[in-house]
Amino acid sequence: MENFISVTGKLASGFGTTLALFFLTLLFAIPLGLIFACISRVRFKPLRFLMRAFIYIIRGTPLLLQLMIVVYLPGIVFNNPLTKWEIFHQNVPLSYFCGALFAFVINYACYFAEIFRGGIENIPKGQYEACEVLGMSRSQAFFKVILLQVIRNIVAPMSNEVVTLVKDTALARTVSVVEIYFAASEILRLQFIIWPLFYTGAFYLAFSALVTLLFGIIEKRLSRYWR
Amino acid sequence: MALLEVKDLTKSFGDTRVLKGINFEMESGEVLSIIGSSGSGKTTLLRCLNFLETADGGSISVDGKAVFDAADPSLSSPKAIRHNRTSFGLVFQSFNLFPQYSVLKNLTLAAILKAKEENPDFSKSRNKITASLDKRAMELLDRIGLGDKKDNYPCELSGGQQQRVAIARALMLTPRILCFDEPTSALDPELTKEVLHVIKDLKTAGNTMIVVTHEMDFARNASDKVIFMANGIIEESGTPGKIFESPESPLLQSFLKQ
Repeated sequence: MENFISVTGKLASGFGTTLALFFLTLLFAIPLGLIFACISRVRFKPLRFLMRAFIYIIRGTPLLLQLMIVVYLPGIVFNNPLTKWEIFHQNVPLSYFCGALFAFVINYACYFAEIFRGGIENIPKGQYEACEVLGMSRSQAFFKVILLQVIRNIVAPMSNEVVTLVKDTALARTVSVVEIYFAASEILRLQFIIWPLFYTGAFYLAFSALVTLLFGIIEKRLSRYWR
Repeated sequence: MALLEVKDLTKSFGDTRVLKGINFEMESGEVLSIIGSSGSGKTTLLRCLNFLETADGGSISVDGKAVFDAADPSLSSPKAIRHNRTSFGLVFQSFNLFPQYSVLKNLTLAAILKAKEENPDFSKSRNKITASLDKRAMELLDRIGLGDKKDNYPCELSGGQQQRVAIARALMLTPRILCFDEPTSALDPELTKEVLHVIKDLKTAGNTMIVVTHEMDFARNASDKVIFMANGIIEESGTPGKIFESPESPLLQSFLKQ
């Protein structure tokens, strides 16, 4: 029978996967989001349109559905190893984790892209013009004047999005990634004990608190001087 | 020879012709006020002089040297513009100070970047260069009476103080001609006074300035020459005495009655 210690151990190991998914998603989605944001601002209209359409589709459909498509569609269409692998490995294959990670990265990159774009477009035109009349080059203006203001603009919405990501990782269980929620539901399924499921909330809460605190510090540092 | 010569300057936005051929000259040390109702093209003219807009036709020369000529595309390359725009400085209606930098850094930033670009061994003499720029910035801040605010951030200053810092920032690059785009329109009367006071001080010091303004008292008392613009042309120009005491154009007469 499970006790508090053994459940904590099982959940903690599941939470390791949650954290891996969380940090890897951020690691890839932030740069990709920057690239998406740049593409959705290029002058070449067709490319800009395609990028914005893609972002619209990703933001307009459930992440849950995207997870299913990423993990199962290649198997159906190409007979891809994602599903085949399961036959030889009784444990959940790493490829499911990679599939889930891929879906998370694309999904979050689109949200980040919109935040970055908003952050860039919210800079008053006067800031660029002031740089221009002071004889700065475009890159000097961007790196010395604009960038820090963009970062300041995006901290609050990014904080929101990142806290959401903490909780969204629970969706990965639907494609067999044994993160904390999956670990708890396994205890429920095999031993009919439900409290471990409720107990996962404590892990999410603690981690969200940490993330919020971190962003709070960044925000405070950046707004020490202006507005 | 005139310091600034503007010839046949035209500019359209889409189908709207905002400037329909602007011609004027000004001498070194002169203060020129540009008045006129909203939409008359005053701000567009100033923005063309500062290369924030590219005029469609005409030419601009400083000291007899063309800095803009619609017929000469070599003057419209980004490099040429960056070089030629240093003849002009611009003070905006909405100040546009950099919020993340202290007052002192607002003044020195562009100058430091310029020095970095022009000196191949900037890193060696970095301290010397920044020290001399800081010194110059402090002189300017003292001149506008804000020496004690050097470490403050723009948001900690009143609108009038911010605008004075913006003026000092523009002066930092020693432009031949300093332009003001309705510098007091965002300020209440009390703060307007302190900004106009600084501009008058600059006149005494011999700065050449173009001021787009709605402050008729300023245009009358502080300028050497006044241009009245209406519908994209210079409707009337002359000394403040002539413009304000004996206006000829009916448009100017009705403008002054408002």
